[in-house]
Amino acid sequence: MKPFAYVKPVDIGAAVAAGAAPGAKFLGGGTNLVDLMREGIEQPDTVVDVTGLPLSAVDDLPNGGLRIGALVRNSDLAADRRVRARYPVLSQALLSGASGQLRNMATVGGNLLQRTRCPYFYDEASACNKRDPGSGCDALDGFNRSCAILGVSDDCIAAHPSDMCVALTALDAVVEVTGTGGTRRIPLTELHRLPGQTPHIETDLAPGDLITAVELPTATGNSAYRKVRDRASYAFALVSVAAGLQIENGAVTDIRLALGGVAPKPWRARQAEQLLAGGPADEAAFRRAAQAELASAAVRPGNAFKVALATNTIVATLRELSNEGTRR
Amino acid sequence: MTLIRMNVNGSAKSLEIEPRVSLLDALRERLGVTGPKKGCDQGACGACTVLADGRRINACLALAIQYDGCQITTIEGVDHPLQEAFVRHDGFQCGYCTPGQICSAIGMLSEYEAGMPSAVTDSGGLGEAEIRERMSGNVCRCGAYNGIVGAIMDVAGSDAR
Repeated sequence: MKPFAYVKPVDIGAAVAAGAAPGAKFLGGGTNLVDLMREGIEQPDTVVDVTGLPLSAVDDLPNGGLRIGALVRNSDLAADRRVRARYPVLSQALLSGASGQLRNMATVGGNLLQRTRCPYFYDEASACNKRDPGSGCDALDGFNRSCAILGVSDDCIAAHPSDMCVALTALDAVVEVTGTGGTRRIPLTELHRLPGQTPHIETDLAPGDLITAVELPTATGNSAYRKVRDRASYAFALVSVAAGLQIENGAVTDIRLALGGVAPKPWRARQAEQLLAGGPADEAAFRRAAQAELASAAVRPGNAFKVALATNTIVATLRELSNEGTRR
Repeated sequence: MTLIRMNVNGSAKSLEIEPRVSLLDALRERLGVTGPKKGCDQGACGACTVLADGRRINACLALAIQYDGCQITTIEGVDHPLQEAFVRHDGFQCGYCTPGQICSAIGMLSEYEAGMPSAVTDSGGLGEAEIRERMSGNVCRCGAYNGIVGAIMDVAGSDAR
């Protein structure tokens, strides 16, 4: 690992100033950054350890929502009674990610900014436009089973790895960011960028921009997370679905749908939502909506299976939620 | 170089380290505490699992400097019925993953007692499915999982198979 300077500021202003310096990188739990630094993929000159900042609280908001500090550990957020009761999709997504040890370390802010596990991003002998802009993409014609099918470009098909982000995207989370120019709020759907011709630029954050909190609006009803992967636990998603569904008199009155494992960013399935809103809550409608969302999929030989897998997983998740709604 | 202080298995330790030294290397290479094992060194196997202030973590992905002031427990500092249970249930073959398995299981049992849910939690206690899910961060290449699960169930007083 390349040597680096280490600083641990105790207030947000100092952290932002340190993080804005060239070659600086924020460090939370370390579960992704330390790994990337050991592999030489990240080579910061200065590591700004933000874990001394007072950002570890989960607070109720006056509007019924929840404010989650950026340093709340993934396990603590998953166990929070309010999250489990009001936002089950978020607790389930967190618990389906990584392992007990890693969830004890990983922070909310770090999870939002974790980087892809595309094997070519990690392999320095391979071409990767995300790691080395302009070098090409060996995933296009390589082992691309894990790669994305929606929102991809000819330069990058790496999938976003987070489970938590998929749930937060479905929940209309807003990310609070403090930078050199002050504090601003970014809808999570607008935090991450699609790769286009610049896959190395993954978010709209500028140097020094520090994620301080995530805010959730009032919960709107029942929600669930379903994850499909190559083994039963401790693996990244091939496909995942975060969904919230409310039904009255057989009609969909509220639908939130987001996908993981299939796109370079947590993917809000707006097309499917639009088709479902106000319509019947039955299996045929779920399938039509899922197929419409996947219609623009750009597949490679190794990941073409994800179209059917994502379609079926969307249908299964919505069916489960609609059955629970009926049972109540 | 930075001076950090940790309590390791009940003894106060201080050491001068570079910021890039992992907690695992600090324990093994600087303090001679070689119970935590370096399997993958990338957070994929769990052989390096230790307890930091009572919580299980992967020491390979932890920078030691972030654990300044913490209480670290490795297998050398463990005196727990799980150790006997692993012997009784043949919870290992080569033994390389065992220190991590036992530290992880201790952390897992306290998480369970504190009400931490899991991806498979419904209502039925700490049965086999729960243990397998909660212990999925510890890989055993000899495949001693049945013995490991049996040992943990034995200690946890689980009866539902």
